[in-house]
Amino acid sequence: MQKKWNIRTEVLGVLLGILWLTPFYLMFVNSFKTKKEIFTDTTSLPEGWNIANYTEAFRELDFLQTLANSLLITVASVTLIIICSSMAAYSLSRAKSKISTVLFLAFVAAMLIPFQSVMIPLVTVFGNFEMLNRPGLVFMYLGFGASLSIFLYHGALNNISRSLDEAATVDGANRFQVFWFIIFPMLKPITVTVAILNIIWIWNDYLLPSLVINSPGSETLPLKMFFFFGEYTTQWHLALAGLALAILPVIIFYFFAQSAIIKGVSDGAVK
Amino acid sequence: MRTRDLSYWLFLAPVLLALTLVVIIPMLLGVYYSFTSWNGIVTGGFVGLQNYIDLLKDERFLASLWFTTKFSVVSVILINFIGLSLALIVTSRIKSSKLLRTTFFMPNLIGGLILGFIWQFIFVKVFANIGQLMGIESLQGWLATTETGFWGLVILMSWQMAGYIMVIYIAYLEGLPQEVLEAAQLDCRNEYQRFRYVVFPLVAPAFTVSMFLTLSNTFKLYDQNLSLTAGGPYNSTEMVAMEIFKTAFTQNAFAYAQAKAVVFFVIVALVALVQVYINKRREVEM
Repeated sequence: MQKKWNIRTEVLGVLLGILWLTPFYLMFVNSFKTKKEIFTDTTSLPEGWNIANYTEAFRELDFLQTLANSLLITVASVTLIIICSSMAAYSLSRAKSKISTVLFLAFVAAMLIPFQSVMIPLVTVFGNFEMLNRPGLVFMYLGFGASLSIFLYHGALNNISRSLDEAATVDGANRFQVFWFIIFPMLKPITVTVAILNIIWIWNDYLLPSLVINSPGSETLPLKMFFFFGEYTTQWHLALAGLALAILPVIIFYFFAQSAIIKGVSDGAVK
Repeated sequence: MRTRDLSYWLFLAPVLLALTLVVIIPMLLGVYYSFTSWNGIVTGGFVGLQNYIDLLKDERFLASLWFTTKFSVVSVILINFIGLSLALIVTSRIKSSKLLRTTFFMPNLIGGLILGFIWQFIFVKVFANIGQLMGIESLQGWLATTETGFWGLVILMSWQMAGYIMVIYIAYLEGLPQEVLEAAQLDCRNEYQRFRYVVFPLVAPAFTVSMFLTLSNTFKLYDQNLSLTAGGPYNSTEMVAMEIFKTAFTQNAFAYAQAKAVVFFVIVALVALVQVYINKRREVEM
């Protein structure tokens, strides 16, 4: 019975899938309408597919610059998180001792702390050191991203035999070489997971950049989107084009890496 | 490798430094500030428990706490129900399974701020339009009342997070032993029984994980709250995270906001631990 193709479930699934995409569809079709058209009708297709909204939103958002800022912050932060937390997890998993246990538990416990609980002193401390800028932001992402990343790397490292480390050491490799040339390449699947989880979070983060980045021209996409919206809430035709532009990079990324993304998210949540 | 080796500490140094400066020191300072009258510039005097006594009488804070709790309870139930349903749909024998997984998961990749703006358009403009066309009064003025704001947030979060939770349930559903499922096929009279007595107990660990994630996500919600309703009308859809932010950065009551933040931390930690404890015990019983 179960082997049979399940047509009722198929129809239900497809209908739900269409329902799920409706918000994106509405955003997309309305982003081509004039201000007047949106005012009178939001449900039909636009009379003419004018792209004027897009060119204006593109300019207002300073789109290429903002996109480059988001890319820079995300790539720098995720790279730093991968390098530093894989090394830290390696130390903690290879040297079994009380210190390692306590440090590991401290990292895991840090995941429980909501951002709002440390937000105010964090801004004050970093403000005092003149670190409310992009390098400061990348460093903060390391601090907030390390916990989960170390946790995931630690689990994966426990499954890699130590005899590999020992063999490489006998051959004359030092710690650094053992880790980077022997162990790290074996961690590739978990590195993909760590990268994806951190990319999603950092790319979309709004609150932290809003507190840290003050200089015009260095805003990330969510940050710029927020300012853009403050001025344009009554001009939905421009705002929707702006939203569509902001979503575009994510859709392209998703198109090329969808299976890795879904696998990464499920591995990260289940482990 | 031994803990007294230099390389042990070198490998740990960057994250230890980052965690200390970004999380531990701010956390300790935060607890200290919460007992002072600090306003962001001048440390102010030590006021003991005054901030904590004040927040017990702070109606706006208590209202945000109550709103957050209500929102979390409703969202957690809905998100898990929808997420598990979606997982059951895409793991049954259908041809569009892979495409549907991709579709349901998509909202999670787009930040909460942007999703909130998209839905603001739908609730305010599209709903009003459809309401006019079809003469449905209740579709007018969405997000303009406390109630529609509440349900707006619930709909937004369910749409966004159900796909994420679906992915977790799928991981457990696909890990179920095939022979158990086949035996259940023979022993159970119908699909419902098979789900209720066999599948559901076996995916209980997934429930622990997904409930933890949904709870902590809904409790700490900020971006979606900001972009969908901005706390309006009259702060009535303001959640704790936003209330703390406004106390600190709009009213400049830093120490007072920090006391709220400490209380918030205690609540989040308690809720998370109690939830995991209860679910773990249930898993064992089943």
